[in-house]
Amino acid sequence: MSSTVAPAPVAVSRRDRRQRRHSLLTRRDITVLILMVGIPTLIQVLLIWGPTIASVLLSFTRWEGIGGLSTITPVGLKNYQDVTTIYPPFWPALAHNLIWLGFFLFISTPAGIFLAVLLDKEIRFTRVYQSIFFAPVVLSVALIGFMWQLIYAPEQGLINNLLGRTEQGNLINWLGNPSINLWAVLVAASWRHIGYVMILYLAGLKAVDPALKEAAAVDGANERQMFLRVVFPVLKPINIVILVITVIESLRAFDIVYVVNKGTNGLELLSILITNNMVGEASRIGFGSALAVILLVISLGFIITYLFQAFRKEAAA
Amino acid sequence: MPSPRNSSDPLTPTGLPHLSRRSLLQGMLYGGAGLAAVPILSACGDGNGGTAAETGGEAGETGGAATGTVTLGSNASDEAPKNAGAAVYEQFTQDTGIEVTVNTVDHGTFQEQINTYLQGTPEDVFTWFAGYRMQFFAARGLSNPITDLWGDIGADYSQAMKDASTGEDGEQYFVPFLAYPWAVFYRKSLFEDNGYTIPTTYDDYVALAQGMQDDGLTPLAFADKDGWPAMGTFDYMNMRLNGYDFHIDLMAGKESWEDDRVKEVFNTWAELLPLHQEGALGRTWQEAAQSFHAKDAGMFVFGMFVGQQFPAEDLEDLDFFPFPEMNPDFGQGAVEAPIDGYMLSKEPKNRDAAIELLRFLATPEAQGIYLAADPTNIAAVNGADTSTYNELQLKAEELIGNAEAISQFLDRDTRPDFSTTVVVPSLQNFINNPGDVDNLLRQMEEQKQAIFVEDE
Repeated sequence: MSSTVAPAPVAVSRRDRRQRRHSLLTRRDITVLILMVGIPTLIQVLLIWGPTIASVLLSFTRWEGIGGLSTITPVGLKNYQDVTTIYPPFWPALAHNLIWLGFFLFISTPAGIFLAVLLDKEIRFTRVYQSIFFAPVVLSVALIGFMWQLIYAPEQGLINNLLGRTEQGNLINWLGNPSINLWAVLVAASWRHIGYVMILYLAGLKAVDPALKEAAAVDGANERQMFLRVVFPVLKPINIVILVITVIESLRAFDIVYVVNKGTNGLELLSILITNNMVGEASRIGFGSALAVILLVISLGFIITYLFQAFRKEAAA
Repeated sequence: MPSPRNSSDPLTPTGLPHLSRRSLLQGMLYGGAGLAAVPILSACGDGNGGTAAETGGEAGETGGAATGTVTLGSNASDEAPKNAGAAVYEQFTQDTGIEVTVNTVDHGTFQEQINTYLQGTPEDVFTWFAGYRMQFFAARGLSNPITDLWGDIGADYSQAMKDASTGEDGEQYFVPFLAYPWAVFYRKSLFEDNGYTIPTTYDDYVALAQGMQDDGLTPLAFADKDGWPAMGTFDYMNMRLNGYDFHIDLMAGKESWEDDRVKEVFNTWAELLPLHQEGALGRTWQEAAQSFHAKDAGMFVFGMFVGQQFPAEDLEDLDFFPFPEMNPDFGQGAVEAPIDGYMLSKEPKNRDAAIELLRFLATPEAQGIYLAADPTNIAAVNGADTSTYNELQLKAEELIGNAEAISQFLDRDTRPDFSTTVVVPSLQNFINNPGDVDNLLRQMEEQKQAIFVEDE
């Protein structure tokens, strides 16, 4: 009968395999491996994947956040439809996030790099300048929001008083005028971001082999060529770090705007809309989740692009 | 779809029997404990023991003497209200022997987390606001009705106060503790120096404002950077033009924002906007209050806490008049006066003691103790000791006491999510661009329909 014969080879092969595994990894190794892989995986799943998937699922429902699972009503794509059609702050918020990204990418970050290059020239008092430009980075973004509100205030603010425009009729409403307040806030946010980029880039510049620059100088390269053709390409790893930081800072922009006016009136951002809809007395959990998923998709676009770049380089190397 | 509300299921019928069974058991338990405690208490001191026994006797009507500890979740995180509250609870402990354990949470945080707080393990009694904001949580079974208690304390409150404490199901859920009015504030000295007179009709009001502008003043101080201060002006204009009932129905999602009556409010306001302080969206109410205090601005439609921005020596110069009449059908009878008070949580651990605490909080004595330490409010109950009131408080009491109807302020009279995600940005849009009312109201109505789904 085959049923009596069959178990024998199975048992043998299982024993074989166990023996082979023993030879490679001890039981302790396996335990350690399971712990080392398992705990981070568990944390990942619990704290990142779980909430992410829950958000995606909730974005297809309507829920006030009160009561158990039975009070969640599925509504299909209605939240997404509402977000894009009848929710006036959504498109401005998306645009503001992109403007934020563009401003950081093309103005603040290059400005930080420029400062780093200048300060790398061993000019006098370079340490003093470094400290001054870096000082804002140690402040929390929320605090920066409070400080700049004092500077921008209509009647009592520093700028309007310096300009002598505190009278009714001629005052500049820096934070209240929706056509300029985003730029005013971007200046405040850049005040910090520039110092951050500067210090990172300065660290990179210090690590550039002086021989390279000397060689370039011997070959007759001027300052501009030396930076663009020699130093900048050499600093590629730092450049990527800075690019990633810039993108992250732009997408997670929140604190400063929330401090200024909770993200209304020209300062809408996706992160703020999510918070305004989900945190509070009566939450629109489903609607807020839909907004969160949209922000997630945008972020994923950048993350995937970055990962592709990084892995392709590894494969090539 | 006219489907029954899912969220109100916990309230009836399963919730109540469970609670009453629970409270019955507790009543028996504490009743027993109370009997045992009374001799000990009366043995340990004449005054206290006697009072505790008396209170026990009173509570006997509702079943069992209350003893032990009652917990209280408080949003009174600022120094003055916190100390004032502590004095009140101390008096309660002295009178009844019931300990009060207070858990104070930052005011803003308390509000933002109220949702999870009430669903978790809230304290027996918690501080909250009257009106729709109370009804919202009451309807979702997150608060316990105290209609029985209202049978005892109802006579001490005005009908308007009782209405503001009543849930959608007709039961009472709330004990009003203190209130403050919104009105048009002005400085007496400024009015005297310039010979201005108090307007009672809207035409007089506009004429006065124009006169102020001719005198080089900003007629109306105005700020809306934080999104809520402009709501006060909207509420008053809507109530004066269209009446309290329409306003409350609009807030409850029962009327359309595209209604011609709402359009009239915004169009009238748009005409008045040039007389408001410009740049409101970049200004906090504190800054507006300071320019009002500095007599740069002549009037300020605001709450009585505007006095917080006044130095003590100038407080006597602060005065107000009710928002002027805009439609003779509705007069000046409706008053916007947010009421703060206390509610009972869904499953209080010591129900009897909690009821006793609420009963005490509804007395003129308790509210008097509180107000002695916080002069920007008035007591909600009738017959409070007014000897400590300043002139402004006396006037406020008269205004609220004679009110035909009391509204609670827009963000307390409507769904909180509608208020933050729709009304705040919409009012700010309006202030920026007062010319596009039709489009604005269409967007508001569309969003209202998406949010007030279950009410359709």
